Amino acid sequence: MIALLVRDLRLAIRAGGGFGLGLAFFLLVAVLVPLGVGPEGGLLAKIAPGILWVGALLACLLSLDRIFALDFEDGSLDLLATAPIPLEGVVAIKALAHWLVTGLPLTLVAPLLGVLLNLPLTGHGWLVLSLFLGTPALSVIGAFGAALTVGLKRGGLLLSLLVLPLYVPTLIFGAEVVKRGAAGLSVEAPLLLMSAITLGSAAALPFAAAAALRINLR
Amino acid sequence: MMPDLGKYAVPVLGSYGATLAILAVLIGVSVWRHARVKRALTEAEARRARAENGGK
Amino acid sequence: MSIWEYANPKKFSETAARILPVVAPLSALTLLVGLIWGFFFTPDDYKQGATVKIIYLHVPSAMMAINAWGMMLVTSLVWLIRRHHVSALAARAAAPIGLAFTLIALVTGALWGQPMWGTWWAWDPRLTSFLILALFYLGYIALWQAVENPDTAADLTSVLCIVGSVFALLSRYAVNFWNQGLHQGASLSLDKEENVSDVFWLPLLVCIAGFILLFVSLVLLRTVTEIRLRRLAVIEARERVE
Repeated sequence: MIALLVRDLRLAIRAGGGFGLGLAFFLLVAVLVPLGVGPEGGLLAKIAPGILWVGALLACLLSLDRIFALDFEDGSLDLLATAPIPLEGVVAIKALAHWLVTGLPLTLVAPLLGVLLNLPLTGHGWLVLSLFLGTPALSVIGAFGAALTVGLKRGGLLLSLLVLPLYVPTLIFGAEVVKRGAAGLSVEAPLLLMSAITLGSAAALPFAAAAALRINLR
Repeated sequence: MMPDLGKYAVPVLGSYGATLAILAVLIGVSVWRHARVKRALTEAEARRARAENGGK
Repeated sequence: MSIWEYANPKKFSETAARILPVVAPLSALTLLVGLIWGFFFTPDDYKQGATVKIIYLHVPSAMMAINAWGMMLVTSLVWLIRRHHVSALAARAAAPIGLAFTLIALVTGALWGQPMWGTWWAWDPRLTSFLILALFYLGYIALWQAVENPDTAADLTSVLCIVGSVFALLSRYAVNFWNQGLHQGASLSLDKEENVSDVFWLPLLVCIAGFILLFVSLVLLRTVTEIRLRRLAVIEARERVE
């Protein structure tokens, strides 16, 4: 399993498109939004939590189809499906690899973008924590969507349509954590709920994704 | 006969109008599709019957 | 005599052909009676004025929007477990109906809220939940269209329906949480304390019955269409080979 993880990580970093793209997109969102809504500091501070979370969400979306598509096309996915590790494990490892390459870098870079968007300093810690706990959910849910659409030729747009509604709970609770944290209010409820979604998804969705992969590999 | 809707005429009539329009499209498309497929299937089965009889 | 007899496409189609001429006119009649009763023969609400008449459209369509998804969930499970094609096709048939009901719920909900909130759209938790439900329906329908092999499509959409149901429920709670700050007072239904008197309740029941019958009629009709489409595809495939 570790070998699979290392292999996927190496592929993602080497193949150019995977690694920097999500981060660049995240930065773009943080630059474009103020250009769109105006530079007024108060307004930006108010919408910063939401913008940062939506940006993270969209950035994760970008590299989702690469989770399975490349292996599907060259036949490696068939081999992985018949390998000694359970397919559910393969899904989990691939989702983890996706998170390490997309969600985690986003989480680390987020405070800088928070500064751009005038996020109050009190919010930065909560921003990093919420992204750290929430982006794994985005990777796992995204892996499920990718498994559903792996056989399709131009499944990218359909993948977004399928996955974005599934992202809604994580988005709502994640942004709430940052909003309430920045205002000094209690973040217990959204934080626990978001973490529950992440843990629940990580536990259950690999099974659904593996089922979808098996259907597509028939 | 028509009740006095007062200032609420637009929301109320708009709701009824939009609902009827959406239902009309839904029912219309469903019925049209049903008829089209029924026709195509009858033709296809007639073709198959002719082909089978012709081969014998 | 069990319900599984209707898993046979032929038996289903024959039974549908016998039931539809009864159910369809009945649904039209029920809807007409309910809507005319509600629109012309009920008083205005003392708080909401004439907009209360929208309830006869909004509540039944919202209920059916949810019930349609519930039916799709059950038929998806039946397909995955018992592999009855009729079940998968019924789910496929029901989706556009559910989407239409969701749209009706959204439009009537927005219009109902307009006099109260002053805007043509408000991010009320219930409306927002239905907007998200509409997205779930769209994704489900799109997946059916995108996958070529019918059995693969049936399998994938069934899995999506199941996972989607869980997240739809989660979204419902998340959206309620999200909207806690705003005007809680403006809810889109008659208060229990206020006016659940028979004068509104009875025509509403008739409208709900009408919408249920409409749903049943359309599902029967559309499922038969899907069954025939499949048969047509088989014949055409055979013709191409010969």
